[in-house]
Amino acid sequence: MRIAGKGLIDRTAPLNFRFDGVGYSGFKGDTLASALLANGVRLMGRSFKYHRPRGVLTAGSEEPNAMVEVLEGAQQTPNVRATVQELYEGLAAQSQNRWPSLRYDALAVNDLMAPFFSAGFYYKTFMWPRVFWERLYEPMIRRAAGLGSLSGKHDEGLYEKAFAFCDVLVIGSGPAGLMAALTAARAGADVILAEEDSRMGGRLLADTGEIDGQPGLQWATGVLAELAAMPNVRLMTRTTVTGAYDHGTYSALERVGLHMAAPGARPRECFWRIVAGQAILAAGALERGIAFADNDRPGIMTASAVRAYANRWGVAPGKTVTVFANNDSARRTADDMVAAGIKVAAVIDSRADASVDADYRVYRDAQVVGTHGRLGLEWIAVRDKSGERRIETDCLAISGGWNPTLHLTCHMNGRPVWSPEIAAFVPQPGAVPGLTPCGAAAGVFSTAGCLQDGQRAAATALQALGRTAPDLAAPKAEDGAYAISPLWVVDGVKRAWLDFSNDVTVKDVRLAAQENFASVEHMKRYTTQGMAPDQGKNSNVGALAVLADATGRGIPETGTTTFRPPYVPTSIAAIGAGGRAEGFAPQRFTTSHDASIARGAPMIEAGLWYRPSYFPRPGEANWRESCDREVRYVRERVGVCDVSTLGKIDVQGKDAAAFLDFVYTNTFSTLKPGRVRYGLMLREDGLVMDDGTTACLAENHYLMTTTTAAAGLVMRHLDFVHQALRPHWDVRFISVTEQWAQFAVAGPRARDLLNSVLDERLKPEDWPFMACGPVSVSGVAGRLFRISFSGEHAYEVAVPARYGAALFRDLVSRAETMGGGAYGMEALNVLRIEKGLITHAEIHGRTTAFDIGAEKMVSAKKDCIGKAAAARPGMVGPEREQLVGLRPIDPDRPIGAGAHLFRKTDPAKREHDQGYVTSVCWSPMVDSYLGLAFLKDGRARHGEMVRLVDHLRKAEVMCEVVDPVFFDPEGGRARG
Amino acid sequence: MAELIATSATEGLVPVLHGPFTLTDAAPARITSVAPFNGKEKAVSAALKKALGLAFPAPNCALAKAEARIVWTGRGQAFLLDADPAPLAGLAALTDQTDAWAALRLAGPGADQVLARLIPLDLRPAVFADGAAARSALGHMMAVIWREGDGFVLLVMRSMARTAVHEIAAAMSAVAARG
Repeated sequence: MRIAGKGLIDRTAPLNFRFDGVGYSGFKGDTLASALLANGVRLMGRSFKYHRPRGVLTAGSEEPNAMVEVLEGAQQTPNVRATVQELYEGLAAQSQNRWPSLRYDALAVNDLMAPFFSAGFYYKTFMWPRVFWERLYEPMIRRAAGLGSLSGKHDEGLYEKAFAFCDVLVIGSGPAGLMAALTAARAGADVILAEEDSRMGGRLLADTGEIDGQPGLQWATGVLAELAAMPNVRLMTRTTVTGAYDHGTYSALERVGLHMAAPGARPRECFWRIVAGQAILAAGALERGIAFADNDRPGIMTASAVRAYANRWGVAPGKTVTVFANNDSARRTADDMVAAGIKVAAVIDSRADASVDADYRVYRDAQVVGTHGRLGLEWIAVRDKSGERRIETDCLAISGGWNPTLHLTCHMNGRPVWSPEIAAFVPQPGAVPGLTPCGAAAGVFSTAGCLQDGQRAAATALQALGRTAPDLAAPKAEDGAYAISPLWVVDGVKRAWLDFSNDVTVKDVRLAAQENFASVEHMKRYTTQGMAPDQGKNSNVGALAVLADATGRGIPETGTTTFRPPYVPTSIAAIGAGGRAEGFAPQRFTTSHDASIARGAPMIEAGLWYRPSYFPRPGEANWRESCDREVRYVRERVGVCDVSTLGKIDVQGKDAAAFLDFVYTNTFSTLKPGRVRYGLMLREDGLVMDDGTTACLAENHYLMTTTTAAAGLVMRHLDFVHQALRPHWDVRFISVTEQWAQFAVAGPRARDLLNSVLDERLKPEDWPFMACGPVSVSGVAGRLFRISFSGEHAYEVAVPARYGAALFRDLVSRAETMGGGAYGMEALNVLRIEKGLITHAEIHGRTTAFDIGAEKMVSAKKDCIGKAAAARPGMVGPEREQLVGLRPIDPDRPIGAGAHLFRKTDPAKREHDQGYVTSVCWSPMVDSYLGLAFLKDGRARHGEMVRLVDHLRKAEVMCEVVDPVFFDPEGGRARG
Repeated sequence: MAELIATSATEGLVPVLHGPFTLTDAAPARITSVAPFNGKEKAVSAALKKALGLAFPAPNCALAKAEARIVWTGRGQAFLLDADPAPLAGLAALTDQTDAWAALRLAGPGADQVLARLIPLDLRPAVFADGAAARSALGHMMAVIWREGDGFVLLVMRSMARTAVHEIAAAMSAVAARG
């Protein structure tokens, strides 16, 4: 029911929306909650555990009851607080955690079973048998007790992450926040004013009262206009600051498109990281309830929410309103209802000395002891000295006092301090460095006090920034005292709710104390109080007051649980914005990528790189056929493969050679210009880090190559060695991986192919194995290296990356003319296994130079990184698993990488483990499956039969241990 | 004689336009990494001054004179753009980086708001003014960034050009949509 002439809604802009399939209408400026109330809908949800009918309790983001699912096409967003969701044309929402409907919920039977569902019920009941927990109990409980549900589809909505920087971040735009922002802005500081609500003003939007002789909202509008016009001020509405982190960093969640019927390309939400020189917390306070019998019916709300619905949204929350409070502030609700023409049945004030001077009936020293009405409040039972009476009312406004919104001050382990004057916790000074709480968030509850305190906080922040606060006269406003007499619980037989969101009652907390879960943190876990989406905002102080009473301690001694970020529920989609699917990591494409795709090559990911797996041809039934063909290109004709992804590091300086000697196990200072050498690099712990070739381009100028996988790792290692171990050495290095497109040209006809694109033919005597030098490739200055990862006569040719696409296509088409062609990763792998060459499958971080048979590469004449550690006991010797080759007795029996090796007669058990397989392939040249493996004392066991057991693939194959070089062991093909 | 055909790092990816923002190719004709050898910092600066009117830039700085620019890119390292590095031979490790980078120019009023979606740096004009440069993260990519005119120039690894353009374009679209 709307109240004529009231509210900040735009009555010229009606909006249609649906809730649980029923059409309603509201106005621009409504929230879903205010629009539903205006349509007389009080029942908005079912409770978590007992499926009790629930209505809206608050008018803010702390709402524990009115949580709904918002539907947008395929998107289904659960647990949206109806008090936060702004109305838009066509909004469709549905209630959650009920079946078959909100009015008739079959699981409401849980409420009748309540005696069995008290705190600790799960722990005591679902103990045995153990396996039933995961298979039966948990799914059952999850189904019955729950919140909203997801669509089960990917969330393809747009989300955004962003960074912002300012001198002063002001959190909250009520009187204190506005005053703080104005003061800081006039001082010339860069100010961000962040407000959770869709509109700035805080309580000024919902409360009556004057500032400087004008309505409070009008004053706020004036201040906001001034702020909006200042270039150093950024106003951020719909932005909840959710966490306080080190060095003035704050997280914030902005609702960008969630309030729009047609958000277009706007993201749904933006997750901000705001870095502020200083911050001011002016987040206000949250009104708390009082626990009494059946205090959770639809129609029972906080007193401030009742005023907000009337004043801000022009909605009468009921026909007859009753107020139950322990403090003076709730009288405003009664006064505002009277002013709005709504009947006030009574004010029930728990205080014996409360004023009775009012336009409505006041019962003092009185309490509400019961409520009635199945799906909404119908009447309440009130008890005072004269006895118990029944009051007909459909809206009960509750105020148990106010809790400062101090959550952010606790995010860095600050503990709030109990203030007996206001019966609430207030922030501990200095709890978050650079954050100054003020106004209601600091326990200052009068409007005048908030305005002054905002100004004070800004002056503190400005001083810390080395700025001078401008001379501002604090506006005049209401300065009434906040008189409260604590009342937490009205004793009675029936259940009295503390945590509406998780269905925790006074009885549960007392039970926790009785069962010695007496610490507040234990009580929380035992009862689940404070663990629901509202994170205890509505119930923490009440629950610990009950616990304090039950354990005979005071509230300050009992203490609070820890408030952790985020302050409001934050979607993972916003935190991880942009990270879905391919957005998870950057994609690195070689210059030959498009050509490979055009040839139908399936791409595999190698780190961030995409590399062709194989190049299928028409008529080939599977990848193996393609792979076998590509292997034969290289063994019989010529193959071309993009090897640009290997790391390339340009090393220069007069200490470059010494530096290489230090990082490599073998010697590079003897390498002459125009020559390449294979090198092995150890980690400081003596295990193999990486391998690759390094070319000497000129005196004091080298080009190191790394494996694709370890390119970044090696670069980091070199930086570390240079900066930390050899800082005075004159050596410089930089990655040139991306500068050069590099292609392997391998096979008996490699030289012929190259000669067809080089401007000068290669003279065999100038280009022996392991030679390098500059070449001119079709008019482009390139580099050529005679190196081989296939065991064939092979080269790698490099050109600046801009020519990569052209050169690859050129080389491949020429190779095809010669009966060869492109080869992919599968063939590359077969070629190197046939030759017993290692990759990171073998140098996986647990193998030494000794293990891979490269012990002789660790030079005895010089020191190198890892040399001493590699000589430790246990790093060398027959107990080590050493690199061997494996050939299945039946060559057609596939063997699998990861399989383990056992002696012929031993059982295939862990304690008999002799080693494991690292790489396998089908070799078209050897006509057999082949494997590389690490076997205990393997080099001494060539010729022995081992039992290969693949527990994962359920295979068992007898294999012969052989030398790891299966093909051309003399190496004549590469040198020829 | 047949010649190899050159392909730009941003071939087919730019220009991208969204609202007031434009993303275009900004590839310099030449990029050379300059890393002065031990004790040669002053000599490098002097040679740069003599040949190009530039100096070796201080950390997080970029200098420009006529066509030539030099941008700080890391510890003891700067990129010389659109200039011949020959006068520095022997004084510094010089490495051709022309093809290693995709260069993008993001322009338009509020371009810093687009980059605020991807770069965790304070780009407010008072902090990151004309002549400021940084090596930072662009999303999950490493980037070199400097302010130039009414926008920014970004260098990302050539192989990541597609991801970079995709992510910057998404940020441009989202910021433009807010109006």
